[in-house]
Amino acid sequence: MNSPIVRVANVVKTFGDTVRALDDVSLEFEPGIVYGLLGPNGAGKTTLIRVLTTLLRADSGYAEVAGVDVRNDPVAARTHIGLAGQFAAVDDYLTGRENVEMVGRLYNLSAAESRRRADDLLQRIHLDDAADRTVRTYSGGMRRRLDLAASLVGRPQVLFLDEPTTGIDPQSRLDLWELIRELIAAGTTVLLTTQYLDEADQLANRIAVIDRGKLIAEGTGDELKARLGGSVIELHVADDDRGRALEALAAVSSEATFEASHASIRLPAADGSQTLLAVVRRLDETGIAAQDIALHKPTLDDVFLTLTGRGAAEAEAERASPRKAKRGRRQEGSAA
Amino acid sequence: MATATETTRHKRIGPAHTAKDIAVITKRNLLRNIRLPQLLIFATVQPVMFLLLFTYVFGGAIGGAIPPIAQGEYINWLLPGLLIQVAAFGAGQTALGLTEDLSKGVIDRFRSLPMARSAVLAGRTVSDLIRNGFVIGLMVVMGFLMGFRYQTNFVAFLGGLLVAMVFSFSLSWVMATIGLAVKNPEAAQSAVFFPVFPLVFASSVFVPTQTMPDWLRGFAENQPITVTVNALRGLMLGQESLADFQPGMSGTQLAQAVAEAPSVAGQVLMSLFWSVAIIVIFVPLAIRVYRKTVS
Ligand SMILES: Nc1ncnc2c1ncn2[C@@H]1O[C@H](COP(=O)(O)OP(=O)(O)O)[C@@H](O)[C@H]1O
Ligand SMILES: [Mg+2]
Repeated sequence: MNSPIVRVANVVKTFGDTVRALDDVSLEFEPGIVYGLLGPNGAGKTTLIRVLTTLLRADSGYAEVAGVDVRNDPVAARTHIGLAGQFAAVDDYLTGRENVEMVGRLYNLSAAESRRRADDLLQRIHLDDAADRTVRTYSGGMRRRLDLAASLVGRPQVLFLDEPTTGIDPQSRLDLWELIRELIAAGTTVLLTTQYLDEADQLANRIAVIDRGKLIAEGTGDELKARLGGSVIELHVADDDRGRALEALAAVSSEATFEASHASIRLPAADGSQTLLAVVRRLDETGIAAQDIALHKPTLDDVFLTLTGRGAAEAEAERASPRKAKRGRRQEGSAA
Repeated sequence: MATATETTRHKRIGPAHTAKDIAVITKRNLLRNIRLPQLLIFATVQPVMFLLLFTYVFGGAIGGAIPPIAQGEYINWLLPGLLIQVAAFGAGQTALGLTEDLSKGVIDRFRSLPMARSAVLAGRTVSDLIRNGFVIGLMVVMGFLMGFRYQTNFVAFLGGLLVAMVFSFSLSWVMATIGLAVKNPEAAQSAVFFPVFPLVFASSVFVPTQTMPDWLRGFAENQPITVTVNALRGLMLGQESLADFQPGMSGTQLAQAVAEAPSVAGQVLMSLFWSVAIIVIFVPLAIRVYRKTVS
């Protein structure tokens, strides 16, 4: 195996006395892969990215990117990384091309080289038509794409993408996924954070789940989903019927539980629609009317329920801070 | 074994690299002024209004009280003062520009790049210097159209503009420090006006300090804005009283001459002394606050 390109060992970062944003995090991965960091709002994803991209110093622990200790030699580390932050950091009053060229110059490329790279990247992100318009005329999706181009202009060995699709419309999201896939096909190593299991599943070769500053699971998307037993059945019944329904469904799955935060009963659908049929049959036999029943692919919520026994929304609420609320970020709904 | 970057411990950024980064950031900041000309127009309209109002509304009333070097024309006396007002308020833009970048995550991007850290601040103060130079130039043109005439010579007049620019640059570093300390753009608005307003009005910008009550006069005559305005008036309108400055003075004589200011050279030296002192104190301070603010 290649030696790891990103290495994080026992990193701790606290804010004030109470918030342990990173609580003894360790991970490493080899070059050429997309590593997904999955977790709800406030889990510590951005904090880890900030430590790795030299924006923040960890309280303790060790972090290394492309063989460079980020704490000891941040300037060298910066020559190897690209960062597309959680909020597109592009300049409204510059054109798309000027934005990318400027970043190229700041990576210490010559003016001519910056221009060449900008032309090439703008084409690859399908912004060549809009390249000479000022960015304030761009849509949210276009800004994200431009931000991505800017983060790539220095040919980084490791690209950090912090929630690249949060807050943009579904179509732009698909476009952006496509784009990220193309870009990584060229061999760049990527560390990507997301709140969406499907996004991590689509893009990442390996996924780490982070909760309250701790990594609580790590593996491929398939491995994680295997731990969930694939899809999930969720149903609502009248409160009076709940006890009887749980009893009846125990015959289908020993893991049928009532999930208070959703006011629903959930059970893993090990055999997909077959399990769904079995559930419907059981309910019918016992004379319980389901108000609502659905089979859905696992979401971050399900991962969390399985791994921690509480939903992602609860995990987020526990950490909710005014700072986050002010930025007006939405939380994840059900599966996309 | 400092062969590859990986093996060089503590990679450093040299002066040429830093200068290039400053130029890149300066250009970026100036482009904003070009793409958003309203910014420059607003920056110019306010001082031009002051010029018009004070010249035509108060000029008649104040005209009698101004020193003879103005040749009885209030605008001759007012323009050098207003140029420093422009320099002071223009420097406030440094705080606003920086806080705006901070709030938009642009600074995070810069900090993740292998660029000179000081370039973010230096690029900002340099672009504001150029921008303020432009506004000062417009004010001068406007002044000439309204009847301003320098009473000395062209070189001294240009020297006056240069003193104004140096002063503006030094104030930009104060404003950078304030902006970084308050962080958000709205707070920066008032945090900038707070020190600038009293300094501009309790000064010789609009009226001679001689008419102020004693307690205020002591402050007004020695604060940097008055000192710099007086230096400009000396360079543009000439010596108010006999010079006590002669070439070839000894250090102590020079210091005394500087202290007993009204000579033109003394005022200019005093103003430059203020500017240099402000720069020496506030450049490192701004850089320190910057480092702390953004980590
Ligand atoms: N600069 C900061 N000051 C105080 N608390 C912070 C700061 N940055 C992050 N936090 C807190 O650290 C925790 C992790 O935040 P973050 O890494 O932004 O989470 P995520 O990116 O996963 O949403 C949260 O509780 C957040 O409120
Ligand atoms: Mg985040």
